Amino acid sequence: MATLWFMIVAVMVAAYVVLDGFDLGAGVIYLGAARTPEERRSIMRAIGPVWDGNEVWLLAAGGTLFFAFPLLYASSFSGFYLPLMIVLWLLMLRGIGIELRAHMKNPVWLGFFDVVFCVSSALLTIFFGAALGNVVRGVPLGADGYFFEPLWTNFRAGSNPGILDWYTVLTGVIALVTLTAHGSLYIAVKTEGDLNRRARTVALWAWPLQILLTVAGLIATIYVRPTVLDNYKQHVTGFLIPAVVYGALALMIYAIRKGEDKTAFVGSALYIVGMLVGAAFALYPVVLPSSSDPALNLTISNTAAGQHGLTVGLTWWILGIVLALGYFTLLFRMFKGKVRVEGEGY
Amino acid sequence: MDSALLVHRLHFAFTVTFHYLFPQLTMGLAPLIVVLKTLALRRNDETYHQAARFWARIFGINFVLGVVTGIPMEFQFGTNWSHFSRFAGGVIGQTLGMEGMFAFFLESAFLGLFLYGEKRLSPRAHWWSAVAVFLGSWLSGFFIVATDAWMQHPVGYVKAADGSVQLSSFWALVLNPWAWWQYAHNMSGAVITGAFVMASVGAFYLLWGKFVEYGRIFVRVGVVAGLIFSVLQLFPTGDGQGRLIADNQPVTLAAMEALFASQPGAPLVLVGQPNVDERKIDNPIVIPNALSFLTYRAWKAEVKGLDAFPEDQWPSNLALLYFSYHIMVGLGTVFIAISVVAAFLLWRGKLFSSHWMLWILLLALPFPYIANTAGWITAELGRQPWLVFGLMRTADGYSKMVSAGNGMFTLLGFMGMYTVLGILFLFLVRREIEQGPGAEMGSAH
Repeated sequence: MATLWFMIVAVMVAAYVVLDGFDLGAGVIYLGAARTPEERRSIMRAIGPVWDGNEVWLLAAGGTLFFAFPLLYASSFSGFYLPLMIVLWLLMLRGIGIELRAHMKNPVWLGFFDVVFCVSSALLTIFFGAALGNVVRGVPLGADGYFFEPLWTNFRAGSNPGILDWYTVLTGVIALVTLTAHGSLYIAVKTEGDLNRRARTVALWAWPLQILLTVAGLIATIYVRPTVLDNYKQHVTGFLIPAVVYGALALMIYAIRKGEDKTAFVGSALYIVGMLVGAAFALYPVVLPSSSDPALNLTISNTAAGQHGLTVGLTWWILGIVLALGYFTLLFRMFKGKVRVEGEGY
Repeated sequence: MDSALLVHRLHFAFTVTFHYLFPQLTMGLAPLIVVLKTLALRRNDETYHQAARFWARIFGINFVLGVVTGIPMEFQFGTNWSHFSRFAGGVIGQTLGMEGMFAFFLESAFLGLFLYGEKRLSPRAHWWSAVAVFLGSWLSGFFIVATDAWMQHPVGYVKAADGSVQLSSFWALVLNPWAWWQYAHNMSGAVITGAFVMASVGAFYLLWGKFVEYGRIFVRVGVVAGLIFSVLQLFPTGDGQGRLIADNQPVTLAAMEALFASQPGAPLVLVGQPNVDERKIDNPIVIPNALSFLTYRAWKAEVKGLDAFPEDQWPSNLALLYFSYHIMVGLGTVFIAISVVAAFLLWRGKLFSSHWMLWILLLALPFPYIANTAGWITAELGRQPWLVFGLMRTADGYSKMVSAGNGMFTLLGFMGMYTVLGILFLFLVRREIEQGPGAEMGSAH
């Protein structure tokens, strides 16, 4: 049962990154790729109706994590106190950047929220990547299952690490580049003309970086956490995951070259899912490794909620996810197709 | 008081108080917008459509603020109250998880359609999107209130070997009587905010002499809804909530009323300042025997005072609890009075020309916010010193790993951030009100 909930939380996190990832990425390229007021409005219109729903996946994943693994939620949220608070502030700034921007046409007002939106989006991708890096690398867990990490210590991934060290900065950069490409492809799908062309160019330039960073990330991970390959060695089918990752990268470049933006976007989504599933597969059954002593690892069994609660939860979770998928299908259908800024808009 | 404990308490209190300024209006406006849209469809009247669009714009700004200030709330269970989350997550994770799965998805998916989809949807489909947003926001309210109700009155749990509590009965958790009374009381309070804000803006337009036909609609809908829900707020919801407290948290009742000594025929204090050191009320104005009657429906019934309980179980901030409760009840009474008089004038057809009453409606705007806030302070302080009543003390629930310094850092950060958000909010809402209904709707994004 705990394994099932581990998979559910992993799937929800992956859904969050794929969905909110494209509007975060759209934020990263926003100032650079969209130069005219119309182009900026195009990007806002492309993500406007869906970004809030996408972000809800983070809350729903957080809520599900709290419900299924209370100790993991308690330990990681208090241990990652400072970066989470910074993430909260960035999410707030970004939310008001998107939603309050269009309330006034004054160029100073618009310009201010343009920068708020772009900078907060970029920083969020880096923080999310660094967060994942922290989970893979391990944290200084105490015997009671708690820890507290400062923002940085000596930038080494030793037994007394900070949130930011060379490894987590690397994973942060991987997230930035990955989601930049992901968001660019989404914008390419949703727009036409110069903006479409520039978005594609960004994705084209990001691609070799993604290849390079994927390889560098893998090597760094094995160096930081040698046990990361254990699950793969035991279950050879696990090597399908890296195959999907590299296959997705190949699909991306093929489709970008052909100008098939939708296919390229699907490739990018597959790549993200592959990377996340790969990390989850490597960690299982550990959910938060200790940086000093494997005996202190938090695992699915020592953090899960009671059996009865998990069983009951499955019933409402299935009902909830079916409803949610229904809403999202409806929502994305209503706003499908290329966005137009002239005329009535929505 | 341990300073880290104080910082974490202030952290939650500050962020949740600020947050709840927004959902109370969205939850209160949502059904009123559905009313306006229903009237628009029924009468096929463009004025009502415009009126609904105007309030949808106000709703939209509020909703954004509610969302961005709401996300920190879910995080803070883990960041600032991790020992509590570990202890109680097996139970309240259910309600909080369901909030995400059922309420947030519903609300966020349909909000986009509701705010920006009117041109793409048929009028009927757009009406349904408004209903979906209404349901989503009210569902969200239920799951949060059910979470708090479990902390007030824990049910449906068993103690596990590791000291945590785990769910034993899902239905006991969801059908907790405390949850349903508190929910009814809370939602009625939210509609009072929505109704009074609507009436206030309407009164402003009537006094200003602009957007007069909208002003009439707003005042009419606001006053009628205000009357219905001000009465419901007192009876049965407030009364039901009060009886639960008398039965399950008698020490809280004694503290709310600042009743120091147990006595038959206990008086109801209308005005006065609790003097905890001398165990008395300074400058009291009281109604003899009234507290006994309200609590037990018998004038001479014995009501337990604070002296019946050990002092370490008294709510820790007695004066603030006493005043919050009295402010809530006092304002609730004022709302009934305002609504009755305004509704009477409306019925007689004199309200729109009674400038004195329009002024009262206009100036009443902040008070439902104060009453709702005071009500929540009463609920949360009344539970002290417990975090989960009878099971976990507040002093045991905060994140021991997060120092007072780190907590203070982020508390100050939130204060700065929320000051900016508050200024932006007031600025934008003022602009919407000044531009009025029927103004060309700007692009959404």
